[in-house]
Amino acid sequence: MMDAIILQVLNGLDKGSAYALIALGLTLIFGTLGVVNFAHGALFMIGAFCAVTLSRIITLSHEVVDESRTDFLGNPLKVDVPYVYDLFGQQTGETIIDWAVPLAILFAIPVMILIGVVMERGLIKHFYNRPHADQILVTFGLAIVLQEIIKYFYGANPIPTPAPEAFTGSFDFGAMLGMEANQIIYPYWRLVYFAFAALIIGAVFAFLQFTTFGMVVRAGMADRDTVGLLGINIDKRFTIMFGIAAAVAGLAGVMYAPINSPNYHMGMDFLVLSFVVVVVGGMGSLPGAVLAGFLLGILESFASMKEIIDLIPGINQIIIYLVAILILLTRPRGLMGRKGVMED
Amino acid sequence: MSNSNLTRRGLLKTSAVAGAGVALPTIFTASSAAAYTNEPTGSTVTLGFNVPQTGPYADEGADELRAYELAVEHLNGGGDGGMMNTFSSKALQGNGILGKKVEYVTGDTQTKSDAARASAKSMIEKDGAVMITGGSSSGVAVAVQALCQEAGVIFMAGLTHSNDTTGKDKRANGFRHFFNSYMSGAALAPVLKNAYGDDRKAYHLTADYNWGYTTEEAVRSSTEAMGWETVAAVKTPLTQTDFSSYIAPVLQSGADTLVLNHYGGNMVNSLTNAVQFGLRDKQVNGKDFQIIVPLYSRLMARGAGANVKGIFGSTNWHWSLTDEGSKAFVKSFGEKYGFPPSQAAHTTYVQTLLYADACERAGSFQPCAVVEALEDFEFDGLGNGKTLYRGDDHQCFKDVLVVKGKENPTSEFDLLEIVEVTPAEQVTYAPDHPQFQGGALGSCNDGA
Repeated sequence: MMDAIILQVLNGLDKGSAYALIALGLTLIFGTLGVVNFAHGALFMIGAFCAVTLSRIITLSHEVVDESRTDFLGNPLKVDVPYVYDLFGQQTGETIIDWAVPLAILFAIPVMILIGVVMERGLIKHFYNRPHADQILVTFGLAIVLQEIIKYFYGANPIPTPAPEAFTGSFDFGAMLGMEANQIIYPYWRLVYFAFAALIIGAVFAFLQFTTFGMVVRAGMADRDTVGLLGINIDKRFTIMFGIAAAVAGLAGVMYAPINSPNYHMGMDFLVLSFVVVVVGGMGSLPGAVLAGFLLGILESFASMKEIIDLIPGINQIIIYLVAILILLTRPRGLMGRKGVMED
Repeated sequence: MSNSNLTRRGLLKTSAVAGAGVALPTIFTASSAAAYTNEPTGSTVTLGFNVPQTGPYADEGADELRAYELAVEHLNGGGDGGMMNTFSSKALQGNGILGKKVEYVTGDTQTKSDAARASAKSMIEKDGAVMITGGSSSGVAVAVQALCQEAGVIFMAGLTHSNDTTGKDKRANGFRHFFNSYMSGAALAPVLKNAYGDDRKAYHLTADYNWGYTTEEAVRSSTEAMGWETVAAVKTPLTQTDFSSYIAPVLQSGADTLVLNHYGGNMVNSLTNAVQFGLRDKQVNGKDFQIIVPLYSRLMARGAGANVKGIFGSTNWHWSLTDEGSKAFVKSFGEKYGFPPSQAAHTTYVQTLLYADACERAGSFQPCAVVEALEDFEFDGLGNGKTLYRGDDHQCFKDVLVVKGKENPTSEFDLLEIVEVTPAEQVTYAPDHPQFQGGALGSCNDGA
C-alpha cells in the first residue's frame, strides 16, 4: 500500500507542476492587470507547439532519390535528408534533432514574450476597465481563435515530440528505497519536468522578491493607483509581466510536449483545471497557486487509483471540482487568498 | 407514445386513410410522386458523406472524404477506375449509378452523436441524399444508423469497430464493411499465443464507452480462452490525455502484458505514456513486458511515432497488401493525393462501390431492393479477398490483418507490417453469439 501511495504522489507531481506553472501565470495576470485570462491555456498549448515547430525547423529536409529502393507506388524512393546533416555532419545532426525539446526552450522564450506583449497591447488592454464577464468572453474567444489557427497549420491529431534519448526509461524509486524492483518507477523526463517547474517557480518568486522591478510590480498588485501617483509607469511594467506570464505558460508547454503529444486542444484541457487551482489557492496569491497546483495534481492522481475508483466510481472525474466546491463553501478566498478577495 | 395520443377522431381519420390506401390499385401507388425517400427523379443521384471534419478524428475524416471523392470520380467514369476494374461484380459501367450521374454532399459529424444525426438529417431532408455513409466512431455510427432506418435511407457505415453496430444496435437499413471487436480478438489471440506464449497476465485499460467495452470483452474472452489471466481491467475517461496515473500501477499488479483498448488520441497518449514509463524494457514474471493495441490504424501509428515499434494489433486493411484490388486502389489514391490511403479511406471507398453495385444489380435505388441485393452478397477483388455480406446482421466477413509496428520504417507511411492474414473462417461467429446478442435487424424501411 505504501508503495502505491508514494507512486501516486510522484505521479501527481508532474501534472501538479503543469497546473502550478499555468496557475502562476494566471495569478500574475489577475493580480497585476485585474484580468481573468481565459486564453492562458492556449498559451500553454502554443508553448508545446513551439517545441513542435522547432523540431520541424531543425528537421527541414531536402529530397535525395535513392534508386536502390522504391516507394509505395513503385517509383524510386525519395529519402528526406535534414539540412542539419549537411551543416554539421550526420552524428552531430542527429544529436541536435534528438535534443529538439530542450533547445525549444531558447526558441520559446522570445516567441512567447512577443505573443504575450502583442496580446496585451493589441487586445486585452482595451478591456481593463470592463466587467470580468467581458474579459472572460474576449479571452475565451481569443483562445478558440488561437486553437483553430494551430489546428489549421498542424492538423487535429497529436504530434509525437519525444524527449532526448538520454531521458527515456524510468527511474526505480522502489529499488532505491530497498523495495523490490519495479514497484515504484517514474519516468526520467517527468523528474526533469518537476525540477524544471521548481526552477521556473523559484525564478519568478526571486524576480518579484529581489529586484526593483519586482518590488514595483508587487506594490502595483497591492495598490495600483498609489503606485501610479508616485510617477511610476506601472502600465509598462504590467505589459512586461504579461509577457513573462505568457513565457511561463509557454515553457510549461514546451517541456510538457514529450509527456503528452501536443494537440490543438491541450490548452482547454488544462485551462479549466488551472482556474480551479487559482480559486482553490486563492485569487491573487502566488504561493497559493503553486501550493494548490501540486495539491490538486496529487489528489487527482490518487483519485484515479483502481482501489479508489472501485470504492467510489467516477471519483477521478470529479475530485478536483469537489475540492473546489468544498473550499468555496468553507473558505471562499481560497487556501492562501488575501482577506476580502472573493468574499465581498 | 402513439397509444397515449389515440382519440376517436384520430382513429377514424387513420382508418379512412388506410382504407383508401388498401383500396387503391397498386399501379397507382407505384407511380406516385415518391415510392421511397428521396427517389432520384432527375439525371443525378445524391449521396451523403457524413464524416468528422472537425474534432479529434478530423484527420481520419479527411482521409475518408478523399476516398469518397475518388469513388465518385470512378463511378462517374473518371480517373483510372480503381477497384472497379478488380471488383468481381461487373455491374458498374462507369456511367454513374443506373445511368444517373453521382453527386454528393458532405456533413461534419464532429465525432459527436447529436451533431452527426443533425448533419445526416439535413442531408436527407434538404439535400435529398438517398444514402448516408461515414463515421469515425461507433457511437456516431450507431446513432446515424438508427436515424437512417427511421428516415428510410440506406446507411453504409464507415470506420466503426464496436460489436454493437452489427450486434445489439443493428438495423435493416444499415451495412458494415469494416471488421469488429470480436474479429480483432479472434485474429489476435493465436498470433499472441505464438509470440508471447499461453501463460500471461494481462492488464486492460479501456476507453469508457461503447467501443471500449466490446473490444475489452472480445480480447479478454479470446485471450482467456487460450490460457491468459486478466489481472485487472480499468476504464479510463474518453477525455483523458495523461494516462500516467493509470499506467503507474500496472507493474505493481504483477501483470506482464498491457492491453490498450484505446482509439485515436487516447491510444496515442496512453501508448506514449506506457513507453515513457519504460514498461517495454521491464521484465516481469521472467518475461519481457509487452503491450497490445487491438485496433491499429496507420494514422494513429503516425501519432504515436516510434512508440509503436514491435507492438501487435489488428487492422481492416493496409496499403502494403499485394492483391490486385489493393494495388489498384493504392495506385489511384496515391497518384491523386500523393500518399497511400488509410484503412478508413479503404472501407469508405469500398462501401460506396458496394452500394452503387447493389443499386445496379437491383435496378433501383429503393432501399428494400438495395438491402436485398446486399444481403448474402459474395464478392472479391476489393482488397480483403473473398467477402460475404451476411444477411443475418449486415456484417461483412472477410480476412483480418494482424499487424505489428515496423522496426525500421522507410517512410512516414511505412509504419506497420502485416504479420498474418487471418482467414475469414477463423473470425466468423454465429449471428446469435453472446457478444452480439440483443436487438433485432427488423425489416427494411423505404420511408417516404
